[in-house]
Parts: sequence; C-alpha cells; structure tokens
Amino acid sequence: MGLKLKLHTLKEKYKGTKMAPAFNALHTFLYLPNETTHGGTHIKAADDLKRTMNTVILALVPCLLFGIFNAGYQHYAALDETLRLAPLANFLTMDNFIMGCWTVLPLVLVSYGVGLGIEFLFAIIKGHEVEEGYLVTGMLVPLIVPIDIPLWMLAVAVIFGVIIGKEVFGGTGMNILNPALTIRAFLFFAYPTWMSGDKVWVHGAVERQKEIMAGANIDAISGETILGSYAQNHNVVYDYWDMFWGFIPGSVGETSKLLILVGAFILIFTKIGSWRIIFSTLIGALTMGLIFNGIVDAGWIGESSKFYGLMNVPFWQHLIIGSILFGAVYMATDPVSASQTNKGKWIYGFLIGLISILIRVFNPAYPEGVFLAILLMNVFAPTIDHYVIQGNIKKRAKRLKVKTA
Amino acid sequence: MGLLSKKDSKLILDPLADNNPITIQVLGICSALAITAQLKPSIVMAVSVIFVLGAGNVVISLMRNIIPSKIRIIVQLIVVAALVIIVDQVLKAFAYELSKELSVFIGLIITNCIIMGRFEAFALANGPWRSFLDGIGNAAGYGLILIIVGFFRELLGSGTLFGFKVLGDPVTKTGLYAMGYENNGFMVLPPMALIVVGLIIWVQRSRNKALIEEN
Repeated sequence: MGLKLKLHTLKEKYKGTKMAPAFNALHTFLYLPNETTHGGTHIKAADDLKRTMNTVILALVPCLLFGIFNAGYQHYAALDETLRLAPLANFLTMDNFIMGCWTVLPLVLVSYGVGLGIEFLFAIIKGHEVEEGYLVTGMLVPLIVPIDIPLWMLAVAVIFGVIIGKEVFGGTGMNILNPALTIRAFLFFAYPTWMSGDKVWVHGAVERQKEIMAGANIDAISGETILGSYAQNHNVVYDYWDMFWGFIPGSVGETSKLLILVGAFILIFTKIGSWRIIFSTLIGALTMGLIFNGIVDAGWIGESSKFYGLMNVPFWQHLIIGSILFGAVYMATDPVSASQTNKGKWIYGFLIGLISILIRVFNPAYPEGVFLAILLMNVFAPTIDHYVIQGNIKKRAKRLKVKTA
Repeated sequence: MGLLSKKDSKLILDPLADNNPITIQVLGICSALAITAQLKPSIVMAVSVIFVLGAGNVVISLMRNIIPSKIRIIVQLIVVAALVIIVDQVLKAFAYELSKELSVFIGLIITNCIIMGRFEAFALANGPWRSFLDGIGNAAGYGLILIIVGFFRELLGSGTLFGFKVLGDPVTKTGLYAMGYENNGFMVLPPMALIVVGLIIWVQRSRNKALIEEN
C-alpha cells in the first residue's frame, strides 16, 4: 500500500497544475483510486476502459512470447537449415529466447515509450486526463512490423500514427482509423524497402546482404514470407502445420495461427472482441478464396497468368497464410473504428475478408492486403451503421403504420 | 507601405495569412497536392498563378461594365485560357524540362477555383488597381502554401532542395544517410501533401484563435 499512498499524495500535491494529468495517469494505471462517482449513477459495470484494454493485452501476450521465440528461431534456422527438420525440438530454446528478446523488446520499448510520451504530452497541453487508448496500440505495433525495422523509423511512424491517426480527431474513442494500422500503413508507404521483400523478415538478413555486397564470402540468408513466395511464383517451402503452428517468417507476432486462436477465444469469452466481426471476416476471406478457386477451375485463368499462384491456393489456406487471422481477431474488432450495429458488424467484417483476399491476389506489390482492407472499411464503418439504422427505422415505421391502419 | 493606402495593403496581406485561399478558404487544393513533391515546380506554379490571377483580375475589372452578366463565366474562361496559354508557351520556350514536369497542371490553372473565385467575388465589382492587388495577394497566398509544402515534401521525401542533395547522398551513404537515415517515400505521394496542408492549418489556427469556427 505504500506506493499507492505515495502516488496519491503526489497526485494531491499537483492537483490543479499543468502536470496533474500525468500523475493522475500513473496513479490510476497502477491502482484503483479511492474516489467514487458522486450523485446518481445509472450504469453499473465492473469493467472500464482500462480493464478492457488489459484483457486485449492479455490476449496478445501469447503472440508476443511466440514472436520472441520465433525471432530467434528464424534467425538460427536461416543460418542452419537442418534446424527446420525438427522445429518443435529446436523452437523453445534459450538461444532463441535471448536472440528474440534482444530484437523484439526494443521494438516494444520504442513503441510504448514514444506513444505514451505523446499521449502524456497531449494530455498536459490540452488539460485532459491521459487516455488508456495507447496501451493496446503500443502492444499491437511491435507485433505487426518486421523484426529488423530500424527503431527510429518505428518512432517516427508511432509519432505520426498517434498524432494524425488519433489525437487530431480528439483522442481515444474518436479516431476514425485504427491507430496501430495507421502506423503500419505509414511505415509501409514511407519505407517500403524495410516493410516488404525477402530480407526484412529474418533478423540479420539485411546485415548479411550488406556484408556480401562488401565482398564477404558467406551465404546470403533470406526469409521470404509465404505470400511473398506465392506472389513471386516461387516454391513454398513450408508445410501447412508449420504455418498453423507459426514456424514461418513474417511480422513479429502474426505467424502463430494457433496462439491467435487462443487470443480470439479469450476475446470472445470475455465479450471484448466481437465474434460477429471475427467470423464474418473469415467468411468473407473464404468466400473470395472460393470465387478465385472457381475461376481457376473454370479455366478462365491459365498457369501463365501472374495471378495463377495465389488464385490457385485452396480457399481455406488463405486463413493460415499471411495475417488475415491476426487482422480479423485483433485489428478488425477494435471497438472504436469498427461498425457498432450487429448487422453492420457482419457487413463490415465480411467486406474486410473479401477485400483482403482481393488485394492479396491482384496486387503482387502488396501481398499483404489485410491492413489496407481494414483501414478502408474503418472509413466506411459509420456509413454502414447509418444505413443499418435507417433500415431499422423504416422497418419499424412501416410496422407502426400497419398497426394504426 | 507608403505606396499603398492601408485599405489597399490589406488586399495583399490578408490572403497571405488570415484569409489564405488554401488554408482558410480551402480552394485550389488539387494542384497543391499534385505538383508540390518538389520545390522548383511549386515555385514555378506559384509564379504562374500570380501572373494569371494578377493580369486576369485587371482584364476582367476593365471589362466589368460591358460583360453581359448572363455570359460572364464564358468571358472569364476565355480570359483565363488566353493567359494560361501565354504562360504555357513561355514555359515551353524557356524551361522545357520544367514544363514537361508540370505537364497538364499549367493547363489546369484554368480550373483553379481560386481564379474564378476572385473574378466573381472581386474583379467584377472593383476597379483595376484594387483588383490587381487582390489578384496578386490571393495568388501569393496560394503560392506561399505551395512553397511551404514543396519545401517539406522535397526535403523529407527526396532529401534534396531544388535538386541539391542537402542531406547527403543516399546511394554513396554520406551525410545523414551514413547514420542510417532514409528518405520518407510517403512524402512523395500526393496524400502526404494533404496531411502537410492539414498540419499548416492546425498550426495557423492554434496561433490565431479567431480563425476557429464556433460549433
């Protein structure tokens, strides 16, 4: 209790000054404050924004841990291909963990440090309380970037994403776009060489390439993502179980489909993530996959076409390659930028799935279209809601007329 | 300004800041997005618009009493078109490379809303001298924003200013690039111009609270 009391007196001391929100935030972040609402309260609920955010972070922890091990595993496996023969035995090793911590934790620190710094700054300038919104964003960001992204680029992108993606709209709860995806989109368009290709997904590949260019006599290491391989019409070297368990190169936290499903279970069980959005996104992706399979079966697209590789992927495999599952579970369900109405959620999710696979197949330059699809549908979410609500009003108005007539 | 009365100098100074055509009236955005990836075309565009709007305002103002109001838009269009063709031909003759770079956007000065807007709002109702000042002022306000946006987009997007490599050479890794700095490819894309204009509006409004609308 000592710390709580100390924080409380510190808070009291700075009450009414410019710095007050910063101390308030520290206090409420660590402890439940003693203050309660005065007067009549009408809604009683045990969960607040902070608890909601913490549940999402909890659901992300398995992905983060896996990402740490996978970062090390991909690095060592790229140096020694024989490790891949027995991924299960070579995965949970101390070496992998240390290498993973060395590469992943700086991303987490930069993401939280810069993002929360800006939140504190804005709270002090604008004189409101620090909002919890960045807690989840800060955890999502390191999970959706390539392992070797330079830290200063991440910092620039976080500044951009938090200010342009969120603060200019009025802070947490007012943003139109998902801030984490805004940050990824910024990185993608600003520094494309660090966000795509076959060198950025495995730690050390870029360094290795530079040494080779400088004349060193060593083997190049590369880690093409599966979508990259398909888009380039290369052979895919991983089997489906590798993809499901997640022993594949990719953004830090999105590779393990199993652990994403665990996270999805936590979110659905605690009713924090909308199961409607998750399921409709997956249905949308499967539908588009089926359509493409149908086109190939009908013979409209031949093997000579550059789209053949990805169109020919069996429809269900679209769910285990790339980050559609991660996007559906953690990104599309963001309650602020998603549709609010139940019917709207189905439409919103379905279109995300549909468009994701559409971009994935038709634009080899953006093999991962999930983040673009979600950002696009973020923009349309209020429109979807508007028409769902109008439709409901019309239906009920008609019913009223029938009754009175 | 001894040369101009207070009222006249207001015609020039107002559009530079507090009544800026881009940041306050939000006109002429399309060309501001399209040609500001580099500083040089931004400046050429600014100068061209200053010429077209200054001269156009004078011409329209001189004719304002003889233009039948039913066909005034057509007359205005002919005046702008004639002036734009002059600019286009001059650029083609003396700065061919640049005119290729600006391509259709010189021609599209015709459709720049600022120009028709000033003809309609000012030149049709005021004398030639005041119209001239108003034209120069508004075009300069437009050009100023273009140059600010062009400066930041070229510096951050390509690491150059007027084509000079001010931040070092990205290929041989000198200057900032030796420390791992890289150009921001997003800055070269048109959406970033919109965001830079938005940031300018933000700065301007937070400095001058009178510009914030009640809502």
